[in-house]
Amino acid sequence: MDAILIGLAAFLVLGSVAALEMKHLLSAVITVGIVGMGLSILFLLLGAPDIAITQVVVEVIVVTVMIRATTRTADEEPGPPRSLATVVAGVGAVLVLVGVGVAAFAALPRFGAARPMPSDWYLAQASTATGGANVVTAILLDFRGYDTLGEATVILVAIAGALLVARHVRGDGEAGGGRRPPPPAAKPPASGSEAAGA
Amino acid sequence: MTFYALTFALLGVGLYGLLAKRNMLKKVLGLVILEYAVNLLLVAVGYRAGRGAPILQPGEDPAAFVAGSVDPLPQVLVLTSIVIGLGATMLLMAMVLRLHQRYGTLDVDRMDRLKG
Amino acid sequence: MRSDRDGLSAIVQVVARWTLVMIVVYGLAVACFGHLTPGGGFAGGVALACGFVLATLAFGGGSGPAAALHRRVAALEASGALAFLGLAALGWTAGHFLQAWTPRGAAFTLVSAPFLVLINLAILLKVGAGLFAGFMVLVLFDRGLAPTGGGEGET
Repeated sequence: MDAILIGLAAFLVLGSVAALEMKHLLSAVITVGIVGMGLSILFLLLGAPDIAITQVVVEVIVVTVMIRATTRTADEEPGPPRSLATVVAGVGAVLVLVGVGVAAFAALPRFGAARPMPSDWYLAQASTATGGANVVTAILLDFRGYDTLGEATVILVAIAGALLVARHVRGDGEAGGGRRPPPPAAKPPASGSEAAGA
Repeated sequence: MTFYALTFALLGVGLYGLLAKRNMLKKVLGLVILEYAVNLLLVAVGYRAGRGAPILQPGEDPAAFVAGSVDPLPQVLVLTSIVIGLGATMLLMAMVLRLHQRYGTLDVDRMDRLKG
Repeated sequence: MRSDRDGLSAIVQVVARWTLVMIVVYGLAVACFGHLTPGGGFAGGVALACGFVLATLAFGGGSGPAAALHRRVAALEASGALAFLGLAALGWTAGHFLQAWTPRGAAFTLVSAPFLVLINLAILLKVGAGLFAGFMVLVLFDRGLAPTGGGEGET
Protein backbone atom coordinates (compact mmCIF):
# COMPACT_ATOMS: atom_id res chain seq x y z
CA MET A 1 0.00 0.00 0.00
CA ASP A 2 2.74 2.40 0.97
CA ALA A 3 4.62 1.60 -2.22
CA ILE A 4 1.54 2.50 -4.31
CA LEU A 5 1.08 5.79 -2.47
CA ILE A 6 4.72 6.74 -2.83
CA GLY A 7 4.77 5.69 -6.49
CA LEU A 8 1.72 7.83 -7.24
CA ALA A 9 3.20 10.80 -5.38
CA ALA A 10 6.42 10.44 -7.37
CA PHE A 11 4.32 10.35 -10.55
CA LEU A 12 2.67 13.62 -9.50
CA VAL A 13 6.05 15.30 -8.95
CA LEU A 14 7.48 14.08 -12.27
CA GLY A 15 4.31 15.02 -14.13
CA SER A 16 4.35 18.51 -12.63
CA VAL A 17 7.96 19.06 -13.64
CA ALA A 18 7.17 17.81 -17.15
CA ALA A 19 4.15 20.13 -17.38
CA LEU A 20 6.13 23.18 -16.33
CA GLU A 21 9.09 22.45 -18.61
CA MET A 22 7.04 21.78 -21.75
CA LYS A 23 7.34 24.31 -24.57
CA HIS A 24 3.92 23.58 -25.99
CA LEU A 25 1.27 25.22 -23.79
CA LEU A 26 -1.59 22.91 -24.75
CA SER A 27 0.49 19.85 -23.84
CA ALA A 28 1.42 21.48 -20.53
CA VAL A 29 -2.24 22.07 -19.66
CA ILE A 30 -3.18 18.50 -20.55
CA THR A 31 -0.26 17.17 -18.49
CA VAL A 32 -1.48 19.13 -15.47
CA GLY A 33 -4.89 17.54 -16.09
CA ILE A 34 -3.29 14.09 -15.93
CA VAL A 35 -1.49 15.06 -12.71
CA GLY A 36 -4.83 16.14 -11.25
CA MET A 37 -6.41 12.80 -12.12
CA GLY A 38 -3.48 11.00 -10.47
CA LEU A 39 -4.03 13.21 -7.42
CA SER A 40 -7.67 12.13 -7.39
CA ILE A 41 -6.64 8.44 -7.28
CA LEU A 42 -4.26 9.30 -4.45
CA PHE A 43 -7.09 10.95 -2.49
CA LEU A 44 -9.18 7.82 -2.98
CA LEU A 45 -6.37 5.61 -1.64
CA LEU A 46 -5.92 7.97 1.33
CA GLY A 47 -9.52 7.32 2.38
CA ALA A 48 -11.09 10.52 1.03
CA PRO A 49 -13.67 9.56 -1.65
CA ASP A 50 -15.48 12.91 -1.26
CA ILE A 51 -12.35 14.80 -2.23
CA ALA A 52 -11.57 12.33 -5.01
CA ILE A 53 -14.95 12.98 -6.69
CA THR A 54 -14.60 16.74 -6.28
CA GLN A 55 -11.04 16.67 -7.61
CA VAL A 56 -12.10 14.81 -10.78
CA VAL A 57 -14.89 17.20 -11.71
CA VAL A 58 -12.85 20.29 -10.78
CA GLU A 59 -10.00 18.99 -12.92
CA VAL A 60 -12.30 18.62 -15.92
CA ILE A 61 -13.47 22.25 -15.64
CA VAL A 62 -9.97 23.64 -15.04
CA VAL A 63 -8.55 21.82 -18.06
CA THR A 64 -11.47 22.87 -20.27
CA VAL A 65 -11.12 26.53 -19.28
CA MET A 66 -7.34 26.49 -19.73
CA ILE A 67 -7.53 24.76 -23.11
CA ARG A 68 -9.92 27.49 -24.24
CA ALA A 69 -7.32 30.03 -23.16
CA THR A 70 -4.34 28.29 -24.78
CA THR A 71 -5.99 27.93 -28.19
CA ARG A 72 -5.89 31.68 -28.65
CA THR A 73 -2.45 32.38 -27.21
CA ALA A 74 0.93 31.57 -28.73
CA ASP A 75 3.47 29.15 -27.32
CA GLU A 76 6.25 30.09 -24.98
CA GLU A 77 9.36 31.62 -26.53
CA PRO A 78 12.75 31.66 -24.87
CA GLY A 79 13.51 35.17 -23.68
CA PRO A 80 16.80 36.71 -22.58
CA PRO A 81 18.29 35.11 -19.45
CA ARG A 82 17.37 36.51 -16.08
CA SER A 83 19.74 38.80 -14.25
CA LEU A 84 22.09 37.34 -11.63
CA ALA A 85 20.35 39.16 -8.76
CA THR A 86 17.00 37.59 -9.66
CA VAL A 87 18.50 34.10 -9.78
CA VAL A 88 20.31 34.58 -6.46
CA ALA A 89 17.12 35.86 -4.83
CA GLY A 90 15.19 32.86 -6.16
CA VAL A 91 17.76 30.32 -4.97
CA GLY A 92 17.87 32.04 -1.57
CA ALA A 93 14.08 31.88 -1.27
CA VAL A 94 14.15 28.15 -2.10
CA LEU A 95 16.84 27.51 0.54
CA VAL A 96 14.80 29.34 3.18
CA LEU A 97 11.74 27.32 2.16
CA VAL A 98 13.65 24.03 2.47
CA GLY A 99 14.96 25.00 5.91
CA VAL A 100 11.53 26.00 7.22
CA GLY A 101 9.96 22.94 5.57
CA VAL A 102 12.39 20.47 7.17
CA ALA A 103 11.75 22.03 10.59
CA ALA A 104 7.97 21.93 10.05
CA PHE A 105 7.89 18.36 8.75
CA ALA A 106 10.00 17.19 11.70
CA ALA A 107 7.20 18.38 14.00
CA LEU A 108 4.51 16.40 12.14
CA PRO A 109 3.48 12.95 13.34
CA ARG A 110 4.79 10.05 11.28
CA PHE A 111 2.91 9.51 7.98
CA GLY A 112 -0.08 7.23 8.51
CA ALA A 113 -0.11 7.59 12.29
CA ALA A 114 -1.94 10.86 12.91
CA ARG A 115 -4.83 11.05 15.33
CA PRO A 116 -5.85 14.52 16.53
CA MET A 117 -8.32 14.81 19.38
CA PRO A 118 -11.48 16.50 17.98
CA SER A 119 -11.99 14.06 15.14
CA ASP A 120 -12.95 11.16 17.41
CA TRP A 121 -15.78 13.25 18.79
CA TYR A 122 -16.92 14.18 15.28
CA LEU A 123 -16.79 10.54 14.14
CA ALA A 124 -18.74 9.35 17.18
CA GLN A 125 -21.38 12.09 17.19
CA ALA A 126 -21.92 12.89 13.51
CA SER A 127 -24.49 10.26 12.59
CA THR A 128 -26.61 10.67 15.71
CA ALA A 129 -26.38 14.47 15.91
CA THR A 130 -27.05 15.27 12.24
CA GLY A 131 -28.57 12.12 10.72
CA GLY A 132 -26.00 12.00 7.95
CA ALA A 133 -23.90 8.88 7.52
CA ASN A 134 -21.14 10.71 5.64
CA VAL A 135 -19.14 12.39 8.38
CA VAL A 136 -17.40 14.76 5.95
CA THR A 137 -20.73 16.18 4.75
CA ALA A 138 -22.04 16.31 8.31
CA ILE A 139 -19.07 18.41 9.45
CA LEU A 140 -19.07 20.54 6.30
CA LEU A 141 -22.75 21.51 6.41
CA ASP A 142 -23.70 21.19 10.05
CA PHE A 143 -20.87 21.40 12.59
CA ARG A 144 -18.86 23.83 10.49
CA GLY A 145 -21.60 25.44 8.44
CA TYR A 146 -19.98 28.85 8.66
CA ASP A 147 -16.98 27.54 6.71
CA THR A 148 -19.31 26.57 3.91
CA LEU A 149 -21.08 29.91 4.00
CA GLY A 150 -17.72 31.63 3.68
CA GLU A 151 -16.71 29.32 0.85
CA ALA A 152 -19.89 30.05 -1.10
CA THR A 153 -19.20 33.76 -0.62
CA VAL A 154 -15.65 33.38 -1.91
CA ILE A 155 -16.87 31.63 -5.07
CA LEU A 156 -19.44 34.35 -5.64
CA VAL A 157 -16.80 37.05 -5.26
CA ALA A 158 -14.32 35.20 -7.50
CA ILE A 159 -16.85 34.76 -10.31
CA ALA A 160 -18.01 38.36 -9.93
CA GLY A 161 -14.37 39.44 -10.17
CA ALA A 162 -13.87 37.43 -13.36
CA LEU A 163 -17.03 39.01 -14.75
CA LEU A 164 -15.74 42.47 -13.85
CA VAL A 165 -12.38 41.87 -15.55
CA ALA A 166 -14.13 40.66 -18.70
CA ARG A 167 -16.64 43.52 -18.71
CA HIS A 168 -13.85 46.04 -18.37
CA VAL A 169 -12.50 44.91 -21.74
CA ARG A 170 -15.80 45.53 -23.40
CA GLY A 171 -16.04 49.00 -21.87
CA ASP A 172 -12.56 49.84 -23.19
CA GLY A 173 -13.45 48.63 -26.65
CA GLU A 174 -16.56 50.79 -26.80
CA ALA A 175 -14.75 53.87 -25.52
CA GLY A 176 -11.90 53.41 -28.00
CA GLY A 177 -14.28 53.00 -30.91
CA GLY A 178 -13.49 49.44 -31.91
CA ARG A 179 -10.74 46.92 -31.46
CA ARG A 180 -7.55 47.73 -29.68
CA PRO A 181 -4.61 48.37 -32.05
CA PRO A 182 -2.12 45.49 -32.07
CA PRO A 183 0.79 46.02 -29.70
CA PRO A 184 4.31 46.32 -31.13
CA ALA A 185 5.42 42.80 -30.26
CA ALA A 186 2.17 41.19 -31.42
CA LYS A 187 2.45 37.96 -33.30
CA PRO A 188 -0.12 36.85 -35.85
CA PRO A 189 -3.04 35.16 -34.12
CA ALA A 190 -2.65 31.44 -33.61
CA SER A 191 -5.88 30.58 -35.38
CA GLY A 192 -8.89 32.20 -36.95
CA SER A 193 -10.28 33.13 -33.57
CA GLU A 194 -9.53 36.83 -33.90
CA ALA A 195 -11.39 37.12 -37.16
CA ALA A 196 -14.37 35.23 -35.80
CA GLY A 197 -14.39 37.44 -32.73
CA ALA A 198 -14.43 40.71 -34.60
CA MET B 1 8.22 10.09 5.72
CA THR B 2 9.05 9.54 2.05
CA PHE B 3 5.48 10.53 1.23
CA TYR B 4 5.80 13.82 3.09
CA ALA B 5 9.08 14.48 1.30
CA LEU B 6 7.41 13.91 -2.08
CA THR B 7 4.54 16.21 -1.12
CA PHE B 8 7.08 18.84 -0.16
CA ALA B 9 8.84 18.30 -3.51
CA LEU B 10 5.51 18.85 -5.28
CA LEU B 11 5.14 22.08 -3.31
CA GLY B 12 8.60 23.10 -4.45
CA VAL B 13 7.77 22.34 -8.09
CA GLY B 14 4.65 24.49 -7.88
CA LEU B 15 6.59 27.32 -6.29
CA TYR B 16 9.26 27.01 -8.97
CA GLY B 17 6.62 27.34 -11.68
CA LEU B 18 5.12 30.35 -9.94
CA LEU B 19 8.46 32.13 -9.47
CA ALA B 20 10.72 31.15 -12.34
CA LYS B 21 8.40 30.83 -15.33
CA ARG B 22 7.82 33.92 -17.45
CA ASN B 23 4.72 32.74 -19.22
CA MET B 24 1.60 33.79 -17.29
CA LEU B 25 -0.18 30.56 -18.16
CA LYS B 26 2.76 28.58 -16.75
CA LYS B 27 2.53 30.67 -13.61
CA VAL B 28 -1.14 29.75 -13.27
CA LEU B 29 -0.22 26.08 -13.78
CA GLY B 30 2.40 26.48 -11.05
CA LEU B 31 -0.26 27.86 -8.71
CA VAL B 32 -2.57 24.95 -9.55
CA ILE B 33 0.24 22.50 -8.73
CA LEU B 34 0.91 24.39 -5.48
CA GLU B 35 -2.76 23.93 -4.58
CA TYR B 36 -2.50 20.21 -5.33
CA ALA B 37 0.50 19.92 -3.02
CA VAL B 38 -1.17 21.73 -0.13
CA ASN B 39 -4.40 19.74 -0.46
CA LEU B 40 -2.44 16.49 -0.66
CA LEU B 41 -0.40 17.41 2.43
CA LEU B 42 -3.52 18.22 4.47
CA VAL B 43 -5.22 14.95 3.53
CA ALA B 44 -2.01 13.01 4.18
CA VAL B 45 -1.74 14.48 7.67
CA GLY B 46 -5.18 13.04 8.49
CA TYR B 47 -4.42 9.65 6.96
CA ARG B 48 -3.92 6.61 9.11
CA ALA B 49 -2.66 3.40 7.57
CA GLY B 50 -5.20 0.63 7.18
CA ARG B 51 -8.29 2.75 7.84
CA GLY B 52 -11.22 3.47 5.55
CA ALA B 53 -13.27 6.49 4.52
CA PRO B 54 -15.23 8.34 7.25
CA ILE B 55 -18.61 7.13 5.99
CA LEU B 56 -20.81 5.08 8.30
CA GLN B 57 -22.27 1.91 6.75
CA PRO B 58 -25.72 0.59 7.73
CA GLY B 59 -25.44 -1.70 10.72
CA GLU B 60 -21.85 -0.72 11.48
CA ASP B 61 -20.85 -0.58 15.12
CA PRO B 62 -20.18 3.09 16.08
CA ALA B 63 -17.18 2.27 18.25
CA ALA B 64 -15.59 0.22 15.47
CA PHE B 65 -16.36 3.05 13.05
CA VAL B 66 -14.54 5.59 15.21
CA ALA B 67 -11.56 3.27 15.48
CA GLY B 68 -11.56 2.34 11.81
CA SER B 69 -11.84 5.56 9.78
CA VAL B 70 -9.38 8.28 8.83
CA ASP B 71 -9.51 11.83 10.19
CA PRO B 72 -12.47 13.63 8.52
CA LEU B 73 -11.57 17.16 9.59
CA PRO B 74 -8.69 17.82 7.12
CA GLN B 75 -10.87 16.37 4.37
CA VAL B 76 -13.56 18.95 5.07
CA LEU B 77 -11.05 21.78 4.88
CA VAL B 78 -9.54 20.40 1.68
CA LEU B 79 -12.97 20.08 0.09
CA THR B 80 -13.47 23.78 0.80
CA SER B 81 -10.03 24.62 -0.50
CA ILE B 82 -10.45 22.73 -3.80
CA VAL B 83 -13.59 24.59 -4.81
CA ILE B 84 -12.15 27.94 -3.73
CA GLY B 85 -9.05 27.11 -5.77
CA LEU B 86 -11.25 26.54 -8.81
CA GLY B 87 -12.87 29.97 -8.36
CA ALA B 88 -9.45 31.59 -7.93
CA THR B 89 -8.13 29.86 -11.06
CA MET B 90 -11.07 31.16 -13.09
CA LEU B 91 -10.45 34.70 -11.85
CA LEU B 92 -6.75 34.35 -12.71
CA MET B 93 -7.56 33.04 -16.18
CA ALA B 94 -9.78 36.06 -16.82
CA MET B 95 -6.90 38.33 -15.80
CA VAL B 96 -4.42 36.39 -17.96
CA LEU B 97 -6.68 36.67 -21.00
CA ARG B 98 -7.16 40.37 -20.33
CA LEU B 99 -3.40 40.90 -20.11
CA HIS B 100 -2.90 38.94 -23.31
CA GLN B 101 -5.46 41.11 -25.05
CA ARG B 102 -3.81 44.24 -23.72
CA TYR B 103 -0.15 43.40 -24.49
CA GLY B 104 -0.34 40.66 -27.11
CA THR B 105 1.99 38.44 -25.11
CA LEU B 106 1.93 36.25 -22.04
CA ASP B 107 5.60 36.85 -21.16
CA VAL B 108 5.85 38.95 -17.99
CA ASP B 109 9.28 40.32 -18.90
CA ARG B 110 8.05 41.43 -22.32
CA MET B 111 5.00 43.04 -20.68
CA ASP B 112 7.36 45.00 -18.45
CA ARG B 113 9.28 46.30 -21.45
CA LEU B 114 6.14 47.22 -23.36
CA LYS B 115 4.86 49.18 -20.42
CA GLY B 116 8.18 51.08 -20.30
CA MET C 1 -14.31 30.43 -32.28
CA ARG C 2 -16.78 29.18 -34.81
CA SER C 3 -17.84 26.29 -32.62
CA ASP C 4 -19.28 28.63 -29.99
CA ARG C 5 -21.89 29.85 -32.37
CA ASP C 6 -22.76 26.87 -34.48
CA GLY C 7 -21.99 23.97 -32.19
CA LEU C 8 -19.96 20.95 -33.15
CA SER C 9 -20.72 18.19 -35.66
CA ALA C 10 -23.87 16.06 -35.59
CA ILE C 11 -21.99 13.08 -34.15
CA VAL C 12 -20.79 15.12 -31.19
CA GLN C 13 -24.27 16.54 -30.67
CA VAL C 14 -25.91 13.10 -30.61
CA VAL C 15 -23.33 11.78 -28.16
CA ALA C 16 -23.61 14.95 -26.08
CA ARG C 17 -27.39 14.63 -25.91
CA TRP C 18 -27.04 11.19 -24.35
CA THR C 19 -24.16 11.92 -22.01
CA LEU C 20 -25.68 15.24 -20.93
CA VAL C 21 -28.62 13.46 -19.32
CA MET C 22 -26.28 11.14 -17.47
CA ILE C 23 -24.03 13.97 -16.28
CA VAL C 24 -26.97 16.01 -14.96
CA VAL C 25 -28.51 12.98 -13.23
CA TYR C 26 -25.08 12.14 -11.77
CA GLY C 27 -24.67 15.65 -10.43
CA LEU C 28 -28.13 15.64 -8.87
CA ALA C 29 -27.59 12.18 -7.35
CA VAL C 30 -24.20 13.10 -5.92
CA ALA C 31 -25.75 16.18 -4.30
CA CYS C 32 -28.96 14.51 -3.06
CA PHE C 33 -27.20 11.57 -1.41
CA GLY C 34 -24.19 13.54 -0.24
CA HIS C 35 -25.10 12.93 3.39
CA LEU C 36 -25.04 9.15 2.94
CA THR C 37 -22.45 8.47 0.25
CA PRO C 38 -19.32 10.25 -0.97
CA GLY C 39 -20.07 13.54 -2.65
CA GLY C 40 -22.16 16.54 -1.78
CA GLY C 41 -23.33 19.86 -3.09
CA PHE C 42 -19.91 21.02 -4.23
CA ALA C 43 -18.99 17.90 -6.19
CA GLY C 44 -22.50 17.69 -7.65
CA GLY C 45 -22.49 21.38 -8.51
CA VAL C 46 -19.19 21.16 -10.35
CA ALA C 47 -20.46 18.07 -12.21
CA LEU C 48 -23.59 20.00 -13.18
CA ALA C 49 -21.43 22.87 -14.41
CA CYS C 50 -19.46 20.32 -16.48
CA GLY C 51 -22.73 19.27 -18.08
CA PHE C 52 -23.62 22.89 -18.88
CA VAL C 53 -20.15 23.40 -20.36
CA LEU C 54 -20.60 20.31 -22.54
CA ALA C 55 -23.96 21.64 -23.72
CA THR C 56 -22.40 24.99 -24.60
CA LEU C 57 -19.51 23.46 -26.49
CA ALA C 58 -21.62 20.91 -28.37
CA PHE C 59 -24.71 22.95 -29.24
CA GLY C 60 -23.20 26.44 -29.40
CA GLY C 61 -23.91 29.39 -27.16
CA GLY C 62 -26.33 31.28 -29.34
CA SER C 63 -29.10 28.76 -29.85
CA GLY C 64 -30.21 25.36 -28.66
CA PRO C 65 -30.65 24.11 -25.13
CA ALA C 66 -27.75 26.12 -23.72
CA ALA C 67 -29.16 29.51 -24.76
CA ALA C 68 -32.02 29.57 -22.28
CA LEU C 69 -29.56 28.63 -19.58
CA HIS C 70 -27.24 31.53 -20.42
CA ARG C 71 -29.97 34.06 -19.87
CA ARG C 72 -30.88 32.62 -16.50
CA VAL C 73 -27.49 31.69 -15.10
CA ALA C 74 -27.26 34.81 -12.92
CA ALA C 75 -30.76 34.27 -11.57
CA LEU C 76 -29.97 30.61 -10.89
CA GLU C 77 -26.85 31.45 -8.94
CA ALA C 78 -28.61 34.18 -6.97
CA SER C 79 -31.49 31.85 -6.10
CA GLY C 80 -29.01 29.23 -4.93
CA ALA C 81 -27.28 31.72 -2.68
CA LEU C 82 -30.59 33.05 -1.35
CA ALA C 83 -31.82 29.49 -0.70
CA PHE C 84 -28.67 28.81 1.31
CA LEU C 85 -29.13 31.98 3.35
CA GLY C 86 -32.84 31.33 3.80
CA LEU C 87 -32.24 27.80 5.03
CA ALA C 88 -29.56 29.10 7.37
CA ALA C 89 -31.83 31.90 8.64
CA LEU C 90 -34.63 29.42 9.32
CA GLY C 91 -32.23 27.94 11.85
CA TRP C 92 -33.21 30.83 14.14
CA THR C 93 -36.56 29.11 14.64
CA ALA C 94 -34.67 26.23 16.25
CA GLY C 95 -32.13 28.29 18.14
CA HIS C 96 -29.43 30.03 16.12
CA PHE C 97 -28.17 30.75 12.63
CA LEU C 98 -27.32 27.63 10.58
CA GLN C 99 -28.95 25.37 13.19
CA ALA C 100 -30.45 22.21 11.67
CA TRP C 101 -34.15 22.95 12.08
CA THR C 102 -35.78 20.10 10.17
CA PRO C 103 -37.09 16.92 11.82
CA ARG C 104 -35.10 13.77 11.22
CA GLY C 105 -36.28 10.54 9.63
CA ALA C 106 -35.11 6.95 9.63
CA ALA C 107 -31.39 6.40 9.42
CA PHE C 108 -29.71 5.69 6.07
CA THR C 109 -32.57 7.07 3.97
CA LEU C 110 -32.89 10.26 1.95
CA VAL C 111 -34.88 11.91 4.76
CA SER C 112 -32.51 10.89 7.54
CA ALA C 113 -31.06 14.40 7.45
CA PRO C 114 -33.39 16.77 5.51
CA PHE C 115 -31.37 19.82 6.52
CA LEU C 116 -28.20 18.42 4.95
CA VAL C 117 -30.12 17.49 1.76
CA LEU C 118 -31.65 20.97 1.42
CA ILE C 119 -28.35 22.75 2.03
CA ASN C 120 -26.65 20.40 -0.43
CA LEU C 121 -29.25 21.24 -3.09
CA ALA C 122 -28.84 24.98 -2.49
CA ILE C 123 -25.07 24.62 -2.84
CA LEU C 124 -25.58 22.50 -5.97
CA LEU C 125 -27.54 25.31 -7.60
CA LYS C 126 -25.13 27.99 -6.47
CA VAL C 127 -21.89 26.25 -7.39
CA GLY C 128 -23.23 24.82 -10.65
CA ALA C 129 -24.58 28.13 -11.92
CA GLY C 130 -21.65 30.12 -10.54
CA LEU C 131 -18.94 28.03 -12.17
CA PHE C 132 -20.86 27.91 -15.42
CA ALA C 133 -21.06 31.70 -15.34
CA GLY C 134 -17.30 31.78 -14.81
CA PHE C 135 -16.81 29.51 -17.80
CA MET C 136 -19.06 31.69 -19.95
CA VAL C 137 -17.05 34.76 -18.95
CA LEU C 138 -13.87 33.13 -20.20
CA VAL C 139 -15.37 31.61 -23.36
CA LEU C 140 -17.13 34.79 -24.45
CA PHE C 141 -14.09 36.84 -23.56
CA ASP C 142 -12.77 37.69 -27.00
CA ARG C 143 -16.21 38.23 -28.49
CA GLY C 144 -16.82 41.26 -26.31
CA LEU C 145 -20.23 40.02 -25.27
CA ALA C 146 -21.77 40.33 -21.86
CA PRO C 147 -21.63 36.78 -20.53
CA THR C 148 -24.93 36.93 -18.68
CA GLY C 149 -28.15 38.75 -19.24
CA GLY C 150 -28.32 40.95 -22.30
CA GLY C 151 -25.61 39.38 -24.45
CA GLU C 152 -27.82 36.96 -26.30
CA GLY C 153 -29.32 39.46 -28.68
CA GLU C 154 -26.12 39.73 -30.65
CA THR C 155 -25.62 36.09 -31.54
